Formats: sequence, C-alpha cells, structure tokens
Amino acid sequence: MRAAYRWIAEHPAVSIVVFFAILPFIVPYKALATQVLVYGLFALGFNLLYGYTGLLSFGHAAYFGLGAYGAGITLAKLGWHSVWMALLIGVAAAGLGGLLVGFFSLRRRGIYFAMLTLAFAQLFYFIAFHMADLTGGDDGLRGIPQLSLGLFGWQLPLGNPLNFHYFALFWVGLAVAALRRILDSPFGTVIAAVRENSDRAQACGYDVVRIKLVAFVFSALLTGLAGALDALRITVVPVEALYWSTSGQAVIMTLLGGAGTFFGPFVGAGTYLVLQDRLGLVMESWPLVIGVLFMAFVLFLPKGIWGTLLARLGPRRAGAPVA
Amino acid sequence: MPDLSLTAIAAQLFTGLVLGGILVLLAIGLSLIFGLMGVVNFAHGSLYMLGAYFGFFLWGFTRSYWAALLLAPLIVGVIGVLVERSMIRRLYGRGPDDPLLLTFGLSLALVEAAKLVWGKIGLTLDPPAQLAGAVDLGFMKFPAFRLFVIAVTTLVLVGLWLFLEKTNVGLIVRAGTRDPLMVRALGINLDRVWLLVFGVGTAMAGLAGILAGPLRGVYAEMGVEIIIECFVVVVVGGMGSLPGAVVAGLLIGEVVSLTSYFAPKLAEIIVFVVMALVLLLRPSGLLGEPGLAE
Repeated sequence: MRAAYRWIAEHPAVSIVVFFAILPFIVPYKALATQVLVYGLFALGFNLLYGYTGLLSFGHAAYFGLGAYGAGITLAKLGWHSVWMALLIGVAAAGLGGLLVGFFSLRRRGIYFAMLTLAFAQLFYFIAFHMADLTGGDDGLRGIPQLSLGLFGWQLPLGNPLNFHYFALFWVGLAVAALRRILDSPFGTVIAAVRENSDRAQACGYDVVRIKLVAFVFSALLTGLAGALDALRITVVPVEALYWSTSGQAVIMTLLGGAGTFFGPFVGAGTYLVLQDRLGLVMESWPLVIGVLFMAFVLFLPKGIWGTLLARLGPRRAGAPVA
Repeated sequence: MPDLSLTAIAAQLFTGLVLGGILVLLAIGLSLIFGLMGVVNFAHGSLYMLGAYFGFFLWGFTRSYWAALLLAPLIVGVIGVLVERSMIRRLYGRGPDDPLLLTFGLSLALVEAAKLVWGKIGLTLDPPAQLAGAVDLGFMKFPAFRLFVIAVTTLVLVGLWLFLEKTNVGLIVRAGTRDPLMVRALGINLDRVWLLVFGVGTAMAGLAGILAGPLRGVYAEMGVEIIIECFVVVVVGGMGSLPGAVVAGLLIGEVVSLTSYFAPKLAEIIVFVVMALVLLLRPSGLLGEPGLAE
C-alpha cells in the first residue's frame, strides 16, 4: 500500500494518464470518462489559483468559456478546419482574458478578488449573449464540425468517443505534466510563499502582484484548454459556459476533491459528475443535493475527499512527495 | 432616437432612483455584515429572493399587502439569524474565503429549493391596488408604487442611520466594524451584536426582495443576479463604508436606468465598465479607505 502510494506520489502525471486510459472501460458509458477528464482539467486550472496560490476566483467560467468559444468560432465561423488551430486560438483567448481580468482584479486584495472575478466573468457572459452573430447568443454556438485527426497518413475520426477520449487525454497529460513542472520549479515555491503569507513574500523582495498575475494567466490557460476540449467534445458551446454557475462547478469540484492537492480536482470532478449522472436519473433537483453536500464539506471536511485521505495515508516524513 | 424631452429623462432618473434604492438596501446589509464579521454573505441575494416569494404567498394568505410587507422581511431575518447561529458561526477564525464558500453553497441550495417548492416558472407580483396607479408630480406622471419604494427605502435608511448614530448599540456596531478586538477587550459581548446585525442585514435583503418583486419579477435566480450587481456596488463604494454603499448604489441605479433608455443592449454591460473605471482610477472605491477590510 505504502509502496504503491509512493510510486503514485512520485509520478503524478503518469498515474493520471494511466488511470484515465482505463477509465472508459470502468464507467457506465465512455462519454462520462471523457467528461470527468475535461472537467478535471477545468478544476485543475482553478486549483492552481485557489489551492496553490491562495486566490479564490469565482469567475473561472470566463476562461472556460473563452477557450470554448475561441475553439468553436475558429471551426464554425472562421472555417479553419484544423483541430490544432482551434485549440491554439481557444487557449490563447483564455490566456488574454486571464491577463485582462487579472490586471483589474489584482488591484484589490483579499475578499474583493472573489467578487471582482465573479463580476468580470458575468461581463463576458453578457457580451457573448449580445454578440449573437459571432457566438450564437442564447441558442449557443452550433455547427462545430467533428473533424478527423491526420496522423502520419492515418485519419483518426474524433467523432468516435474512444478516439476523442485518448485525444483529450494526450492534452490533459501534457497539461498535468506542465503543472507538475511549474509547481516543482522555484516559481512553485514562490506561489506557496504568497499563499502562506503574501506580506512576508513582499517583504522578501518578491513582486507579489506580478507573481499572482502570472499564476492567474497559467490558471486561465489550463482552464481555456479544458474549455476548448469541451467545445470539441460536445460540438456546441452553450452560452451557459460563461455563466456564474460554471464558475461554481469548478469551485465545488475542487473543494469536494481537495483544494491544494494534485489529484483532488480529478477526484472532485469524478464525484460531481457521477453524482449528477446518477441523481439526475431519479430527481430533477440534483443540484440541491450537491449544494447541501458542498456546504457539509466546507463545514466538516474542508480538506476534501483526497485531501482527507492524504492526511490519513500520506507520509509522516517532511519533504516526501505529496500527490 | 429616444425621446429627449426633460420629462422622459426625469422619469428615467426616478426609475434609476428606485433601482438604486433596492441595491442600496442590499449593499448596506452586505457591507454591515462584512464590516462587523468579515463575512461576505453570498446568500444575501437568495435571502432577497426568499423575501419576494414569502411576500407573494403571505400576501395571498393574509390578504393584506401591508402584513406581507412587514412579515416577509421578519421571517427572512429569522432565517438569517438561524443561518448565522447554525453554520457561519462555526467558521469564524478560518479566514474570509470559507464563509463565502459556505454561503455560495447555501445560495445554490436555496435556488434549487425555491424551484422545487414554487416551480421553475417565475411569478408575477403586482403592486397593491392602493399603489397601482400613477401620481401626477406636476411636471410628469410617475407610477405610485415606484414612489412608494423610494419612500420606504429612504425611511429604512434614515432609521438605520439614527440607530447607528444615536443609540448605544449603534455605537458598538460602528466601533465593532473598526476594531472588533478592541471592542471585546472593553468587555462587550460582540456575539449578540453580530446576531443582531446579521438579522437586520438579512431582513433588509428580504424587504428589498418584496419591494423589487413587482419591478423585476419573482424567480429563483433573481437573487444570484442581483448579488453580482451588489458586489459591483460594494467595490465601487468601498466595502465597509455605508455612505459609500448609498452613493455607489444610487450611481449604479442611475447609470443602468439611463443606459437602458439610450442603449438598451449595453445596460447589462455598463455596470462592469463603471466598476473597471473605478478600479483603475480609485482602487479603494469612491468612499473607501485604502487598506481597510482587505
């Protein structure tokens, strides 16, 4: 048990890829596995900001939506039938949005930050709502084609759920490895210092606002990738992708799984989506159950499912790798 | 081109005052609760929604609008007190993010509960018959109910001001928003003051709900939409500053009202533009003190 735990903790990115490679064969239907994968990435982006940098954003729908619209508009409106181009433009749009909102929101500290990010996300929602020519407005952006991936002369149709799952897994694997690399770098140490005591980090000579802004943009990029993948997955972008409830999903998933832990967002996304899937069969007001569950977690289990497991199972030794 | 006559613009300005008044009622409660307890009550909007629904059903039940107007905020205030006692109190000392997260979850649950109990389709709350018509103000006619909302808002604000400035408890509340530790050191039991402020603040949200019902409609998501506008008001005015909440609430009300007249499509967006401008030019808010409440 301990040995397995050690191996997983030391190779988090590989562990996630292996786990998601077999997940489609475990869950009731394959699309659920892909959904967990994509929303796990969404929560992972949020977690970089909240769990690791200590900034509570209530507006991550903005970057998810920008990623989704960026990719969707490239394919459906601009007529560039390239999956790579779609992902690139989606992620770039989310990064730019993150830079802009981060610049404004980081002018205020503390609790204002949550309110500002929420307000700016709502601004993006209203803009998308009114720019119906480009975004489809209330009806959502439709007409995103299902493309094939050209790989060394092969054509891999992405319409096939399993093909798409592994295509998404490739990107999520890269993103997870990149995040692990960021967290292990000196920058990762600095954001931890900012989270623990930002005044002290400032006194040590770090430009705290700039560090937060860089973390914000990284977080927006990861979130945008999740959004872009989601647009390719469901071939439509509903305007609700930008709505505050989407931001709330990332918050809930991350806290259910465990904020500030590496696997927590995926555990949380899985819990949320399986609950939604199962509860949705028997009742219409499944969000009520999730809302109450979320409150119970904030009150009694603030470390989340994975965080609590880690506290029980994890290494006692300081400095050992933590998943 | 819209009608540019003085009467049309005056009517728009009055409507802005009504909308602003509703925002002020909510933002002041939000600001008081934050100032004293360091809690950003996300569920404030959902309590406003409950105020509107309770108002609708109490009116039907008691057959008196005035009874509903009095009872609905009272019930919402009691719910607020119960929430503070049973849940938020456990989180004091855990930092400001946790109460915000908890009340976000509560807000989500309340929206769903409202849909479950009262249905997904919104209700229409009419103004009472006595206030249904229009009043001739000499230079224009204006709906009586809207004038009534302005009057009630003014009355409540003056009452709150007198309470805060002229009573001993008000003095403790004001001191508590400045430095809770010092107030405790002077031997004052802040727990009871907290409860009172939470009750009053949430009751004001309930009142705002029943007043806004005829103007903005009654539906489950009404609270979350307005809480975002309230956050903007609080950022623009300066959190913890009550005059700031009044000035910013009225400003936002007027800006929205005028924009929805001249450029309806921009009405929802302009709020955030004002917020971004204030952040650029005066990051601590119009009347906020830099460094306070951060």
